[in-house]
Amino acid sequence: MQWETVIGLEIHTQLATRSKIFSGASTAYGADPNTQACIIDLGFPGVLPVLNESAVDMALKFGIAVNAEIAPRSIFARKNYFYPDLPKGYQISQFELPIVGKGSIGIDLEDGTHKVIGITRAHLEEDAGKSLHEDFHGMSGIDLNRTGTPLLEIVSEPDMRSIREAVAYARKIHQLVVYLGICDGNMQEGSFRVDANISIRPFGQEAFGTRTELKNINSFRFMERALNYELERQIDLIEGGDEVVQETRLYDADRDETRSMRSKEEANDYRYFPDPDLLPVEIGEERLQRARRGMPELPDQKRQRFESEYRLSAADALTLTLSRAMADYYEEVVASGGDAKTAANWVTVELAGALNKAGLDLTQSPVSPKQLGGLLQRIADNTISGKIAKQVFEAIWNGEGDADAVIEAKGLKQITDSGQIEKIIDEVIAANPKQVEQFKAGKDKLLGFFVGQVMKQTQGKANPGQVNKILMAKLKD
Amino acid sequence: MHSKTIAELGAAMQAGEFSSVELTRHFIERIERLNGDLNALITPTPDQALAEAEAADRVIRSGQAGPLTGIPLVQKDIFCTQGVKTSCGSRMLDSFISPYDATVVERLKQAGTVSLGKANMDEFAMGSSNETSYYGPVRNPWDQNRVPGGSSGGSAAAVAARIAVAGTGTDTGGSIRQPAALCGITGLKPTYGRVSRFGMIAFASSLDQAGPMTRSAEDAAMLLQAMAGFDSRDSTCADQPVPDYSATLNDSLRGLKIGLPREYFDAGLDSAVAASIDGAIGLYKQLGAEVVDISLPNTALAVPTYYVVAPAECSSNLSRFDGVRFGYRCEDPKDLEDLYKRSRGEGFGAEVKRRILIGTYALSAGYYDAYYLKAQKTRHLISDDFKRAFETVDVIMGPTTPTTAFALGEKTDDPVTMYLNDIYTIAANLAGLPGISIPVQPVNGLPVGLQIIGNYFTEGKLLNVAHRLQAETDWHLQTAEGFA
Amino acid sequence: MSLDKSDVEKIAHLARMALDESHIDAYVEDLSNILDLVEQLEAANTDTIEPMSHPLHMAQRMRSDEVTEGDCREVNQAVAPKTENGLYLVPKVIE
Repeated sequence: MQWETVIGLEIHTQLATRSKIFSGASTAYGADPNTQACIIDLGFPGVLPVLNESAVDMALKFGIAVNAEIAPRSIFARKNYFYPDLPKGYQISQFELPIVGKGSIGIDLEDGTHKVIGITRAHLEEDAGKSLHEDFHGMSGIDLNRTGTPLLEIVSEPDMRSIREAVAYARKIHQLVVYLGICDGNMQEGSFRVDANISIRPFGQEAFGTRTELKNINSFRFMERALNYELERQIDLIEGGDEVVQETRLYDADRDETRSMRSKEEANDYRYFPDPDLLPVEIGEERLQRARRGMPELPDQKRQRFESEYRLSAADALTLTLSRAMADYYEEVVASGGDAKTAANWVTVELAGALNKAGLDLTQSPVSPKQLGGLLQRIADNTISGKIAKQVFEAIWNGEGDADAVIEAKGLKQITDSGQIEKIIDEVIAANPKQVEQFKAGKDKLLGFFVGQVMKQTQGKANPGQVNKILMAKLKD
Repeated sequence: MHSKTIAELGAAMQAGEFSSVELTRHFIERIERLNGDLNALITPTPDQALAEAEAADRVIRSGQAGPLTGIPLVQKDIFCTQGVKTSCGSRMLDSFISPYDATVVERLKQAGTVSLGKANMDEFAMGSSNETSYYGPVRNPWDQNRVPGGSSGGSAAAVAARIAVAGTGTDTGGSIRQPAALCGITGLKPTYGRVSRFGMIAFASSLDQAGPMTRSAEDAAMLLQAMAGFDSRDSTCADQPVPDYSATLNDSLRGLKIGLPREYFDAGLDSAVAASIDGAIGLYKQLGAEVVDISLPNTALAVPTYYVVAPAECSSNLSRFDGVRFGYRCEDPKDLEDLYKRSRGEGFGAEVKRRILIGTYALSAGYYDAYYLKAQKTRHLISDDFKRAFETVDVIMGPTTPTTAFALGEKTDDPVTMYLNDIYTIAANLAGLPGISIPVQPVNGLPVGLQIIGNYFTEGKLLNVAHRLQAETDWHLQTAEGFA
Repeated sequence: MSLDKSDVEKIAHLARMALDESHIDAYVEDLSNILDLVEQLEAANTDTIEPMSHPLHMAQRMRSDEVTEGDCREVNQAVAPKTENGLYLVPKVIE
């Protein structure tokens, strides 16, 4: 039997606000346990929530970016359940009237196909704390620092028909929220969390199969693996005559398997109702206009602009716009004097290679875009050759200063004085009479030998074009 | 000293007749002598009171005194008070020392008041007789075998017994007005959103409202002046200017249109209480008011609506009491579920449990539409009744309660009978309207309350209407035997 | 509408609240009586009525995104039943 995969994703993005969604406590990651949980986050008797406007504005930006309906009036509701990482015994979320309604986003697969994935809704809610399972005399420790961090939960339609599509969609949403500046995208720290609903059905069948929900996926690689495992598991079950049970399953990266979450087995009755401590959120035209004006250029727009404005290949434009950081870096290199095409090459090959080798992130690059631009300028004005430039780049990387300083200090300036080059060529010709004879006899390949000799004499600093031209003239005499 | 009005006390202190410390000592002494049987206070705070009185005296000497500087009062134990036990009348919070002050507490402190202690109350404000308190029932100063009403029974009894000049209360379904009526004092529930709810332990968030409990409308005006106003920490607090309530107390009532809802004078109303109310309304006519009969046709829906909305909200509001971060935790929980179930089972009393169960049920899958959503709609009907009524009248008058204070234990076995006691007060909470209860002609030596309900944010009018009656009568000045 | 014992036990479990076995019958009766009272709502015609969840018709006010709270762990945990190394302790959480 041929099986069709059906996947829908629920993505929790932590919004990059300074303070929490309903309190003035900091959202910074990694603080000592419970030092960033104020009485409001802790649900102390008598406290009340007040909504952070940045969280709302960030949700609006997302909604605009995916062409979604923005609710003029949305409602916060309480989702009631008991769990130690949920201080109030309810999570403030949105249920019936979310702030962002139906929208969509396009994904591009490696084989060149383009597909539009529907977004059902995106709603604001507060994050929960964390249970630490280290043994405290047989007990668990609860850290509530994360409690109240704003989340935008982005729910897709079950529109994805392969794991590749699901990963492409998740990456696209990730790229988008980072571009929008509404999420730092750090999956290790839990800023971007993916839950996947997956089911299978025979090809051609309309009705969906029974789905399972996969949780605890904290990288795209694990997402692919978790979905692969689960897909195989479901096929084995059905082909073995069993049924898929609708349940929540946890992905265990160490064992590369999914397993049933017993604690979630019990049918939940969340008793949603409108939170009486919060009033309807009304989005006026003014706020919406302000959000529209504050929209940055989106990845797809940027990619098209790079192709037309910088005359880059589609592949280069795609690579350079994968992340906003990379695109910004590139544009700064060009603004600092780098030729657009050379800059594309340097950023995607030389710089990316060096960063990769050093295990660094672009934001940690020891070479600033200005420095790289300065270097490229010296290639353009013939101060150095492309080959020498790599040497200069390495020196900049090692903190030896800007391109000009390095060129000066190491005496790497290209020799462009024809008289000087001529003199060296004369010496080389005089020292290699046999080779001159062979060349004149038709062995053209020997030109490379002469160029090499000249470069050796000048430690690579002679202008290659001039060397070629003068050599040809002298040898043909 | 304990029979003077706030204005008289302020003037006397500023004239140097006595100091706030002397006044405070006088009340501390009365509390020590008289509170024992009444049980009006859960936590007296004499040391803090004297320190605050000393500070108030310094302010008075410096000539910076405000109208409330140095005035001793009690805080209902539902308001969080920094460094002082805040129990909410529950075993659950018996060990809870609040790390912060409620906005109401903060504002009254800023106004220079002196807090004598934390007043007894029904557990989590759920009750109409003050019998659900973990700390035992409060007794009514007028007859100690009778209830003071609830849930703000401690504040009401304290003011009636003159062991405090004034008290704070909260009103979710009548919890200020009903005990005020049964104890013969003045109690004002402001418009929803007039006073900040921050730091006031939530019972039902869309109904709860704090207000003053005093001996007169004049005192209530002064207390409300300090309590009311915008608070950025409460999203449901109204950003509306606070008028000068004392300035309009003596406005003429000539031409005032009083609506008498026929549903408030039906068969359930005790005839002697009805006569008392009629007497007061007669006086208003003499003061130039015009009385018209009106109808609030959905009145009968108020109690059933309330017993869905309030429990639903409370079932969620009280989920935070789980034995993890504060409050009662059971001994040796064997697992997480045991921790929750026993901490909550042992920490909450029977009435709180009943309401949590009802609320949980009303919100649960399959019942939400039939109960919660239906009640939200009937709430709208009730609110619309008032909207129509205020198109033709300025205020609505009627009894605060169907009877005078009932006996301790009389209704504890039958929750529904107890609930029906709030039949006249609940609708104002559902609509969010302000209401005041003032003492009128007692019946058999027991106080009777006249309830006056106004349109949104007309607290000034209510105080004016109440004050004009008090200027003509002395019911509000009468004191229970043994407490004069 | 009357509830039976198992209904009440189910609700009590949802609310994570232990009920004394000897009191359950009383809860069954009280809750059934309260529901009888509540059922009076059924008679009201609300077909065209919007639900009302707030007395005031106001919109949610928003605060600006500023950090206004510092570390108050020590004060906040002074009232906690059980803590260690700044963590709240609970019986083992099983996922």
